[in-house]
Amino acid sequence: MTEYFLLEMRAITKRFPGVVALEGVDFDLKPGEVHVLVGENGAGKSTLMKILSGAYQPDAGEVRLDGRVVRVGSPRAAIALGIGTIYQEFTLLPPFSVAENIFLGREPSGRRWLGVVDFDRMLREARAVLDLLGLPIDPAMPAGALSVAQQQLVEVAKAISTKARLLIFDEPTAALADREVRHLFGLIRRLRDQGVGVVYISHRLGEIPDIGDRVTVLRDGRRIGTWPARDLDMGGLVRAMAGREIREVQHRSRLRGAEVLGVRGLVRRGVLDDVDLTVHEGEVVGLAGLVGSGRTELARAIVGADPLDGGVVRIAGEEIRRPSCRLSVRRGLGLLPEDRKLHGLVLVAPVRENISLASLSRLHRWGWLRRGEERRLAATQVAHLRIRTPDVERRVRFLSGGNQQKVVLAKWLCSRARALIFDEPTRGIDVGAKAEIYDLIESLADGGAGILVISSDLPELLRLCDRILVMRRGRIVGEVGRDEATQEKILAYAFGAPAASAPAGTA
Amino acid sequence: MARAAPFRVQILPVVLLAMGSVFALMEPRFVSAENLTNVARQLSVLAILACGQLFAIVSGGIDLSPGSIIGLVSVVSTLMIVEHGIAPGIAAGVGMGGLLGVVNGAMVAGLRIPPMIATLGMLYFARGAAFALTGGMPVERVPQAFALLGKGSVGPLPVPAVIAGAVFLASHVVLARLRIGRYILAVGAGEESARLAGIPTRFCKAAAYVLAGFLAGLAGVVLSARMGSGQPAIGEGLEFESIAAAVLGGAKLGGGEGRVLGTVFGVLFLALLGNGLNLVRVSSFTQMLVIGAVLIVAIVADRLRQGWR
Amino acid sequence: MAVRGGARLWGLPLVALLLCLVFGLMDPRFASLSNAQNILRQSSILLVVALAQTFVILSGGLDLSIGSVIGVANVLGAMVAVAHGFLPGVLTMLAVGAACGAVNGGLVALFRVSPLIVTLGMLSLARGAALIITDGMTVGGLPKTFVALGWETLGPIPVIAILAAAGFLFGWVLLGRTVAGRYWYHIGGNEEAARLSGVPVRHYKLLAFLMSGALAGLAALLHTARSASGHPLAGVGLELSSIAASVLGGISLRGGEGRPVGVLFGVLIFAILGNGLTLLGFSSYLQLMIMGAIFIAAVWLDLRSQPPA
Repeated sequence: MTEYFLLEMRAITKRFPGVVALEGVDFDLKPGEVHVLVGENGAGKSTLMKILSGAYQPDAGEVRLDGRVVRVGSPRAAIALGIGTIYQEFTLLPPFSVAENIFLGREPSGRRWLGVVDFDRMLREARAVLDLLGLPIDPAMPAGALSVAQQQLVEVAKAISTKARLLIFDEPTAALADREVRHLFGLIRRLRDQGVGVVYISHRLGEIPDIGDRVTVLRDGRRIGTWPARDLDMGGLVRAMAGREIREVQHRSRLRGAEVLGVRGLVRRGVLDDVDLTVHEGEVVGLAGLVGSGRTELARAIVGADPLDGGVVRIAGEEIRRPSCRLSVRRGLGLLPEDRKLHGLVLVAPVRENISLASLSRLHRWGWLRRGEERRLAATQVAHLRIRTPDVERRVRFLSGGNQQKVVLAKWLCSRARALIFDEPTRGIDVGAKAEIYDLIESLADGGAGILVISSDLPELLRLCDRILVMRRGRIVGEVGRDEATQEKILAYAFGAPAASAPAGTA
Repeated sequence: MARAAPFRVQILPVVLLAMGSVFALMEPRFVSAENLTNVARQLSVLAILACGQLFAIVSGGIDLSPGSIIGLVSVVSTLMIVEHGIAPGIAAGVGMGGLLGVVNGAMVAGLRIPPMIATLGMLYFARGAAFALTGGMPVERVPQAFALLGKGSVGPLPVPAVIAGAVFLASHVVLARLRIGRYILAVGAGEESARLAGIPTRFCKAAAYVLAGFLAGLAGVVLSARMGSGQPAIGEGLEFESIAAAVLGGAKLGGGEGRVLGTVFGVLFLALLGNGLNLVRVSSFTQMLVIGAVLIVAIVADRLRQGWR
Repeated sequence: MAVRGGARLWGLPLVALLLCLVFGLMDPRFASLSNAQNILRQSSILLVVALAQTFVILSGGLDLSIGSVIGVANVLGAMVAVAHGFLPGVLTMLAVGAACGAVNGGLVALFRVSPLIVTLGMLSLARGAALIITDGMTVGGLPKTFVALGWETLGPIPVIAILAAAGFLFGWVLLGRTVAGRYWYHIGGNEEAARLSGVPVRHYKLLAFLMSGALAGLAALLHTARSASGHPLAGVGLELSSIAASVLGGISLRGGEGRPVGVLFGVLIFAILGNGLTLLGFSSYLQLMIMGAIFIAAVWLDLRSQPPA
């Protein structure tokens, strides 16, 4: 007897310019099942689900619902087919009430032709959905007044209210506290028991045995395997995700110099809680942690992009009580942000101008820009970092992700930064360029720079770093030295699991 | 629908009351029935325009053309009245406004031209057309009956005020209770989210400008009636006043937030301020200065308060 | 200097040339020296004002108050000139313009209020101030130097055009060759990226408005020279035409894109069009319509050639 599948995706292939996101991937889902989908960044999880939710179209392969081949042509079509998605980015409209957000585009209406919205009915039905989920949220409240966690739950309510039979959760617990996570899991279990099929994407591996029935690992666009979630071999799972040896042998030790970046008692209410850390010259320090643990916020606080409520930053020995971007850049600190397009580059400007952006104070005489010098410096950086661009005048928006990241790096090298913070340095970059970036980071450290690398890619940290700090909920909860570093240990600290045996502390 | 109104909107009625009291003390005529009816008559045009502007702003855009549309409508409607009678004239005027609104909407939603540019172009075009049609001369010999629309009264209320009141009510219903109004707000609040939810975003954006144009047409007719003639030059500067009224009333320039009730207060505030200053014999020049200063203070105060929250 | 607005940069001079050819063929009077001088005179003021607007738009803002700042600067300067002479008058105009710009810039940069609203308020405030100071009257009796400035020529070129060109050159150099100019482009291009790279964003946003105000003061000087008097209503409408000319010249309303030389041609095209159409007998009203239509068409064509935002 063949099994009945709610969803079958067969041989799904999706290509983007320059990268194959998915290659012949199979994925299926039974009704009343929670199927967890895991993989590193860029493994293809989101792409696969975007195909299912109608945002993308596959280049090859087929999708079957209830055994029938379907084509999910648009997000609206997905909703009509009974597929509901809870995206990572919130789609709530802040000025609108919770009820209106839940029923956006599907408002109950008395007289259809006139388009009068039946607010009473909408409130009632919203309250019903919220009650179903056990959420004590007032449906008349503006969505903007909700906490992040509540907003996430309203997104769930929104998807459920479409009477979806298949729900896709993309990193739903990223911003949730433990209690809220348990609540969400209870909700998901209830839905599952009602026969809804749930696809659950998560980086939080510890959640898998809790909530999942099966788990599938994707790596580099391919399906590695599917296993039952019960009695899961976590180490094996991690190995499947990483696909390579846990410990890279290539790392060479460097001489560590003086402290180049120091942070004491950094506090930002609600976000950072008494953070201390030190980076020395010639050292590559890693910062691991789950999404939402505060790593990016820490980076931004250190460089002065966000205000502090307390604490001190020391750059090259000089204390800065109220960091500002201007000051930290002047003292030799540079940040390569998580979203390089949004925060790291001026896309409409040419390569040359992006590279010189942090060094302009050196490139002028009485305000007059020394363009020849600027061009020279830019060309030098392009050659040194092997940035693939026809010339320095090309607008940065036309460069590939890897080359854009190199431009950001070039900017800081040009400004002679002594300490660099990389936030997800290889996000969205193909394998070849990744290796180049790693080499660059290592040679920077060889040259005496102090580097802090924030990454969700554990093998990356293990390869690059001399030691790895782990953050959880705004604090540094653990530190793992090079020799004892394993992915399991880092994850243990990140989840706050009791298996973390090494005490939290500084180097 | 419960929605937290910005501080500025909550405080506006209070400020209005305070200001009214001050003026009343300084010049008792301020609260006389005669004066208040006068004010009501005068603010009607701005009121109608402000509603139209509100639609454009909450959709995430802006309309710089209503002042010029009024000029063109004034000319077109009066020319039509002289030739064919009052009713066709009114219809032509309001229709003209709607037509120009359709053009604005097509440019913004169809051709994806930034609203400021599209309506700026329309501003020039409409003003030019208004003058071109009449060679710069006003259209006189308009039958008296038409002027009743502007100068007449229904009981104690001036006709224009009644019309403005009806417009406020209708706009409120559209924005707060009809799907099309909710969708226009949604497009302004988050166009991508709205699109993902299946809302026809381009249509809604265009609709906002059609409504704005239509209301500008209505305002043009009313103003022409009050003047008793068609004037190609009228309405200049009113676009800025309508923006000020909407913003004072709580509309956010990025779109997605704004209420008719707030706009009512915004209009009342500007009108009463102007009238009160007039009565205490502050020159119209000083009035301009005061209004500008008030707008700035209001926005800055609002921003400061947001910073504390 | 960044190469931005690619195709537009070649298109504009070509269009200007084409227009000259067409008009020259249709009416020989167009190609005369005195007419060329006319065109230069007519474009002088708009060139300076458009440049002022360019500073603000490039750094991510907008200045609706330029016209009114010209008004208040020119009357104050005229009054000072009558009392103390040419040079003090000129300095006053520049200082008043810069001061207004500083207020705008301070509010936008420090309080992070929307430039649209701040300058909208300043528009009213400054115009009111100009009217109050002069009680609505023209300021006459200015030193002869003003008239010379406005009407003399140096060789074949009108002095006023030389002044405007000098101002433009100054702005061109500032924007294209200095650190400040680079900072402005980047702040408009991506404010957060600029900030994270250590650019003093707030300072330079303030400076952009300061420049705009100072240039408005220069425009006030040119206006006074042309009309040989100080008039409180000087500059009315220039805020909108400066936006139109800048946008036509390739300055993107998003900020961070466009070259000053494009603005030069944008202004020239408007001036040539106006001049040519007048010679051909088109009423100024029809001209407004045509300008409006062409403006929109040009922007649309340019938008089509660019990748989506």
